Amino acid sequence: MFFIGGGLVAVLYVWAVVGMPLFGSIFHPYRDLAIHAAVAHGTANAVSAVNFDQRAIDTLGEETIFFASVLGAAALLRPSKEEREKRGGHGGAEQVMASTRLAGYVLFPLTIIIGLDVVAHGHLTPGGGFQGGVVLATGIHLLYVAGSYDALERTRPVHLYEYSEVAGALAFVGLGFAGIVIAGAYLANVVPYGGFGHLVSAGTVDLLSFAVGIEVASGVIVMLAHFLEQAIALQGGPHE
Amino acid sequence: MSYYPYFVAGWLLLVGAFGIVRSRNLVHAVVSLSVAQSGTYVLLLSVGYQRKATAPVFGSTIKPNLKVVDPVVQALTLTDIVVSATVTALLLALAMQVAKRHGTVDPDQLTALEG
Repeated sequence: MFFIGGGLVAVLYVWAVVGMPLFGSIFHPYRDLAIHAAVAHGTANAVSAVNFDQRAIDTLGEETIFFASVLGAAALLRPSKEEREKRGGHGGAEQVMASTRLAGYVLFPLTIIIGLDVVAHGHLTPGGGFQGGVVLATGIHLLYVAGSYDALERTRPVHLYEYSEVAGALAFVGLGFAGIVIAGAYLANVVPYGGFGHLVSAGTVDLLSFAVGIEVASGVIVMLAHFLEQAIALQGGPHE
Repeated sequence: MSYYPYFVAGWLLLVGAFGIVRSRNLVHAVVSLSVAQSGTYVLLLSVGYQRKATAPVFGSTIKPNLKVVDPVVQALTLTDIVVSATVTALLLALAMQVAKRHGTVDPDQLTALEG
């Protein structure tokens, strides 16, 4: 059954592909328009210009999907009635190899700095809020790899990250309304563009990138916290 | 060779769908879905590719020019990856709930609907 459907899809797909421009050709009309628009707004990274300036409303939707997904995961992963928190520790630090701990402690500050750098230079070099946010969230979880779950729990108050996630999402929406007030269009690029290639440039691109960075970092931390809680800290489900 | 990346994308989509169909484990099905979705990344990026062109990122050494790959499809790929990550997270959370409620992650053993 699958092979009939799959074969049909394959035939249609090949039919579509042979009508497309050849791979690697020089015909890219959207590229030309997007590059002109990015340079006009002083944004060195054209991909960020598309994401946070030309198609910012699309990124608002993307960010909202992410927000809803964190909410959904939190709702699905909340502890049921039969489950309770395990008493005592959840596996101590002594189970971790010394080399792993050393690597974790060296990499933890490094990863946080790289994450902040990727968020802050999203309009200049490859990167931006989404990528940097994930790097930041991963950096926090090096504490779990190198230390223990308890160490992670102590240094990561989940409810604070829930607030900062909301703050990031609201900042994005608020910057959009600032565009309405000043320029008459939602998410219009209203901040002065600055010098091309400078750290302070590209108008709202970097601000929106920061907002997304805060939201994504907090959202990933909250979501992983719920998964880790299910996997490590709870016991007594109906099938355990 | 000029169509080869497009066919790689189509093959990834089909092989991912095949993985979902043949899956005996919900986590395996979710990973197969990710494979199918990565076909769309390959398709988008190969649509925007241009031979001997550089990344669409400029600076003091690289002045803005038009000999770069398409930034629009790269931004779309970023959106695609974010959507894929959120879908994967939600489906894995659902798989955990199924495992807790039914004690199995084999789709063939999940026969009855429950309220």
